[in-house]
Amino acid sequence: MILSVRDLRVSFRTEDGPVRAIDGVSFDLEEGEILGVVGESGSGKTVSLLAVMGLITDPNATIEGSISYKGRELVGLPARELRRLRGNEIAMIFQDPMTALTPVYTIGWQIAEQIRAHRSVSKAKALERAEQLLAEVNFPNPHEAMSRYPHQLSGGMRQRAVIAMALSCDPALLVADEPTTALDVTVQAGILDLVRKLRATHNSAVVFITHDMGVVSELADKVMVMYAGRVVERGDRADLFSVPLHPYTQALLGSIPPLTGEKPRRLPAIPGSPPSLLRLPQGCAFGPRCPVRYEPCATGKPDLGTNVHAAACFRVA
Amino acid sequence: MLYAILRRFGQMLFVMFGISVIVFLIFFATPGADPAARIAGRNASPEVLAAVRHSFGFDQPLYVQYARMMEKIFVTGDLTSFVNRGWKVVPAVMDSIPVTLSLVFGAAILWVVVSIIIGIVAAATRDSWLDKLLMALGLLGISMPVYWLGEVMNLVTQSRYHDSWAFSWVPPLGYKNFSDDPKGWFLTLIIPWITLAVLYIGIYGRVLRAAIIESMQEDYIRTARAKGLSETRILFRHALRTSLIAFVTLFGLDFGALVGGSALLTEVVFGLHGIGKLTYDALQNLDLPMIMATVMYASMFVVVANAVVDFVYILLDPRLRTS
Repeated sequence: MILSVRDLRVSFRTEDGPVRAIDGVSFDLEEGEILGVVGESGSGKTVSLLAVMGLITDPNATIEGSISYKGRELVGLPARELRRLRGNEIAMIFQDPMTALTPVYTIGWQIAEQIRAHRSVSKAKALERAEQLLAEVNFPNPHEAMSRYPHQLSGGMRQRAVIAMALSCDPALLVADEPTTALDVTVQAGILDLVRKLRATHNSAVVFITHDMGVVSELADKVMVMYAGRVVERGDRADLFSVPLHPYTQALLGSIPPLTGEKPRRLPAIPGSPPSLLRLPQGCAFGPRCPVRYEPCATGKPDLGTNVHAAACFRVA
Repeated sequence: MLYAILRRFGQMLFVMFGISVIVFLIFFATPGADPAARIAGRNASPEVLAAVRHSFGFDQPLYVQYARMMEKIFVTGDLTSFVNRGWKVVPAVMDSIPVTLSLVFGAAILWVVVSIIIGIVAAATRDSWLDKLLMALGLLGISMPVYWLGEVMNLVTQSRYHDSWAFSWVPPLGYKNFSDDPKGWFLTLIIPWITLAVLYIGIYGRVLRAAIIESMQEDYIRTARAKGLSETRILFRHALRTSLIAFVTLFGLDFGALVGGSALLTEVVFGLHGIGKLTYDALQNLDLPMIMATVMYASMFVVVANAVVDFVYILLDPRLRTS
């Protein structure tokens, strides 16, 4: 087991009162496994993984629960220790490659900087390694790319550079936060291939955050669906896609246009919009939008249970 | 990169040409006034008027007049003040340049160093009592007018406490040439430097703090944290480095203006005969040739300072290098 998160709770103090962004999230990740985390904006996908990275710097945030990386508890770990893991054993790729790189340094410099932060190697060695990495993520001309500034590269190339940087210290765990959302579809496919290849060569575990069910179905081994700060369904990819249990997951899958057969005149959409975390409904958070709600949904919060393929829904239990 | 620099240099020459034409037109082609009479001053005899008219080419077309003027300032350097009875204008300007440059350069070094330290410390300890104290002091520095602060400084160091151990080293007001007396030069300028720098330390400290805090919100800072870099390195190498761009812009404008004569108040308070004082006196006497020369000089420095800022810009920000 490389990562084990138990009952993670993240809340923020705001002017309008406390907001619980993450409410009891638990999941496990094995070596070399790809976990897809799916959900709408504001469902807590990013915040939960930022918590794992120790990157929630907001002084108004409180993090409770347990995050265990290779048996080591990360919650409450001193900043120094955490920094030694970050970028070294746990690396992260961000959503927008346009702004994720410091504009005033070359690609090569920025990759070498990370290597030198964790390994005691000479600058020349670090630069050499950076060039290797750029070749590994399929830069057509890695040597030339080394001296490029971020603004001189396209979005896809920048995302490759960010990935090269994330891989520079051979991380055991890679967190990718919607790495393809800001990119063209063709570029997107290239990046997904890259993630798959890297899993094969580096045997890193990957947490892949996305709101694109299509991407998940192509890439993930396991899937976790989030809604309003809670996990509503989890399971192996094949199970979850063939028999989605939770009405929310069913609705998400239903809103993907079919590739074959007759196209529906209108794509089905989920009515309503995600609830504000400040005013969560009593009972099931998805209740007000749910087509199959009945009495228990209005009062109790359904549990996820312990099954491998499980859904937090009274209709399923 | 070389092309960008050359292009900027060309623009600079063009701007200076434009300024010289405008200034010339304002002073010499204003309808309804005889420039010869104004140059010659009040109560000038008809002979002097005729001499002025001939020497400046006022009996010839405008472009000849302009060329004559530029020739007198830049080539022969024999532009003469009639109000001040034959005082050569160009040497007078040349004599005041080192005074102003000494004052402004020293103050600039002081305010850049101190305000960078203040900006970094305040941004790093954001919202702490130290941050609040530094920002309050900065505001105080901005609010104190130079003529008042300078007079208070003089009162304290020249008279009230001059005989105490703290200020007995302060020499009397006035300027000493660096080549004659380096130590005297330094000592006479310390108090003026501090006085002039206080305002700018306040402004620049606050600007830099705001810029650093703004860049700390950027995505690339989160990337830097995810890379596992230390907070110190993130602050200096990533946040400060990108914040300096705003800082340099401001510096170029202020520095150019100060060297061009805006340090007038400080010069007057401390009895330094610099460019500001020279321009001020010329305006009082309506000494047209002198005004022409000092305005040309001032605009030159503003333009040069701006060009230097643009060069530094290109060094600081690689995004500007590709044309």
